[in-house]
Amino acid sequence: MATLEIKDLHASVTTDEGTKEILKGVNLTVRSGEVHAIMGPNGSGKSTLSYAIAGHPKYEVTSGEVLLDGENVLEMSVDERARAGLFLAMQYPVEVPGVSMSNFLRTAATAVRGEAPKLRHWVKEVRDEMAKLDIPAEFAERSVNEGFSGGEKKRHEILQLALLKPKFAVLDETDSGLDVDALRVVSQAVNDFTASNDVGVMLITHYTRILKHIQPDVVHVFAEGRVVESGGKELADELEEQGYVKYVGKAEPAAL
Amino acid sequence: MTVAENTTENNVRSALQEGAVVPETSRGERFTGYDVEAFEVPSGREENWRFTPLKRLRGLHKGGDAAVATGKVTLSVDAAPEVTVETVSREDERLGKAGAPGDRVSAQAYSSFTEATVVSVGADTKASKPTVLTVTGPGKDLLAYGHLQIRLAPYAEASVVLDHRGSGTYADNVEFITGEGARLTVISVQDWEDDAVHVSEHHVSLGKDSLVKHTVVTLGGDLVRVSPTARFAAPGGDVELLGLYFADAGQHQEHRLFVDHAQPHCKSHVTYKGALQGDDARSVWIGDVLIRAAAEGTDTFELNRNLVLTEGARADSVPNLEIETGEIEGAGHASATGRFDDEQLFYLQSRGIDEPTARRLVVRGFFFEILARIDVPELRERLEAAIEDELQAVGH
Ligand SMILES: Nc1ncnc2c1ncn2[C@@H]1O[C@H](COP(=O)(O)OP(=O)(O)OP(=O)(O)O)[C@@H](O)[C@H]1O
Ligand SMILES: [Mg+2]
Repeated sequence: MATLEIKDLHASVTTDEGTKEILKGVNLTVRSGEVHAIMGPNGSGKSTLSYAIAGHPKYEVTSGEVLLDGENVLEMSVDERARAGLFLAMQYPVEVPGVSMSNFLRTAATAVRGEAPKLRHWVKEVRDEMAKLDIPAEFAERSVNEGFSGGEKKRHEILQLALLKPKFAVLDETDSGLDVDALRVVSQAVNDFTASNDVGVMLITHYTRILKHIQPDVVHVFAEGRVVESGGKELADELEEQGYVKYVGKAEPAAL
Repeated sequence: MTVAENTTENNVRSALQEGAVVPETSRGERFTGYDVEAFEVPSGREENWRFTPLKRLRGLHKGGDAAVATGKVTLSVDAAPEVTVETVSREDERLGKAGAPGDRVSAQAYSSFTEATVVSVGADTKASKPTVLTVTGPGKDLLAYGHLQIRLAPYAEASVVLDHRGSGTYADNVEFITGEGARLTVISVQDWEDDAVHVSEHHVSLGKDSLVKHTVVTLGGDLVRVSPTARFAAPGGDVELLGLYFADAGQHQEHRLFVDHAQPHCKSHVTYKGALQGDDARSVWIGDVLIRAAAEGTDTFELNRNLVLTEGARADSVPNLEIETGEIEGAGHASATGRFDDEQLFYLQSRGIDEPTARRLVVRGFFFEILARIDVPELRERLEAAIEDELQAVGH
């Protein structure tokens, strides 16, 4: 049983125009076994929250805490956080030309597991997980994310989730860019993973669409850099009906 | 290099668009000649020399006493059985046919060499293994000149590695002449000791429908300047010019390419990639492509990318495309010099990969495109290892 606590987290980004605060006091606690949906309109700071947790150098945490079982995550380097059990499925996965997916996955698994996986088991493990996500085998030899479609990138993020088996996973708009079939396949893979691993999930999304496939235990509304309301599934239903108008002062739908 | 990309310098000249004849400064008009005295002593302001630190040429460009050979290179040859290797005098009639020297130092080398090596492959003959010519420098503080010619008769096929090692100062011309339908793969590796100065001009002359894959790898040396020129003797030729360089603190690595399209239906494809790290690591890449009026159906593309790994290193990149006919298949170029992409590092590290390993992966990935095309496995492995060593050197 693990706990991820985010306490009064403030983060800002420095641009040419100066410093801009994006996260304005985020409070959130996720325990393993739970799925928390974090729903918010465009630009509310959802990705910034995920980057701040993962340690992206562009976002400076100005105050607050992120604790993984009481350990201060903010003092760890990006790779230490991953090895401590945090995982971020990115909204916009990065292309790394010339590095094959198979080399990347094995290097990552070796780092996170602390030893190189036995080759024979590894090959099978990767093949099985790829099959679950309907990823054709030839992707293993392609460069990381290079030339992948939006949907292919998202599948590969979930492939990494399945192989790296984190304690906490932040899935940032994994649903965007996925067509109906792909959404079903990817959601199924996430559900399989949560069912067979003791993992806590922060499912970031703008729309209620993915929540028809992945059942959240808790729903949070995220607006203007903080969690403004939390509730159960019924909160998502309410958002589906009414959108974010109540939180942002203008009509912004939460359903497609 | 998605984020920090910018083109440093970039000239595209099109005589057609300007509605003019070839501009006065056309690359095609530049003087060439075999006799050193026909060239002026460069001052450093010439287009040809403006990037080269002349002071570090040890007088090679000036001539006189400073340019008199004081030593010899050692050439050791491991040839495929189908290949003939001869040592010939400078009077040998075959020499100089691939092209005349294009700068004073190359002309100095041409005027100074005493004997040349000719490697030839007969018609319809396929060499069963790569022929490796190892050139060991004359030694510290010594100067040597050289001349080498690789010639493939019609429909011959061979792969040749030029491996430069050791110390000293060396200037040479290398000729590559392919007959009709011949296929030549060349890899020239400059893996010199730290003190070495090497100025080299490669003259590639392609026969009808022949194919040349020419790769330059520059790792070592104090100053290395390699100028490959490709010319088509007949239609249908296809030249691929690949390059990989890694400049460390204090090193000057310069690659000046010229592809002269004067025949119809020929192809040229240039890809050079370099990484730089350390104080005053310096690279220069010049890519001149000239498509003359007669060169209808030309297909050309050139690309240079530089990855600047640390502060204090500098890469210059100057693609230069002149087009004198509208009847071409395609012509393009791309040039970019960027810093390490933080987004790539973040992505890899967010998967638990530590920073040094992540950096290595990115640099290896950057060079992959070139390394993957080096089809001599032992050499590819050696170069991969050399790149790893370079990265270790600054404690990344
Ligand atoms: N690197 C940056 N530089 C400047 N502004 C930034 C940067 N990153 C984020 N922002 C700004 O911070 C705000 C929050 O951005 P963020 O990407 O976190 O929102 P989001 O909730 O994930 O939006 P979306 O639903 O579009 O993914 C936006 O106004 C955005 O423009
Ligand atoms: Mg976002």
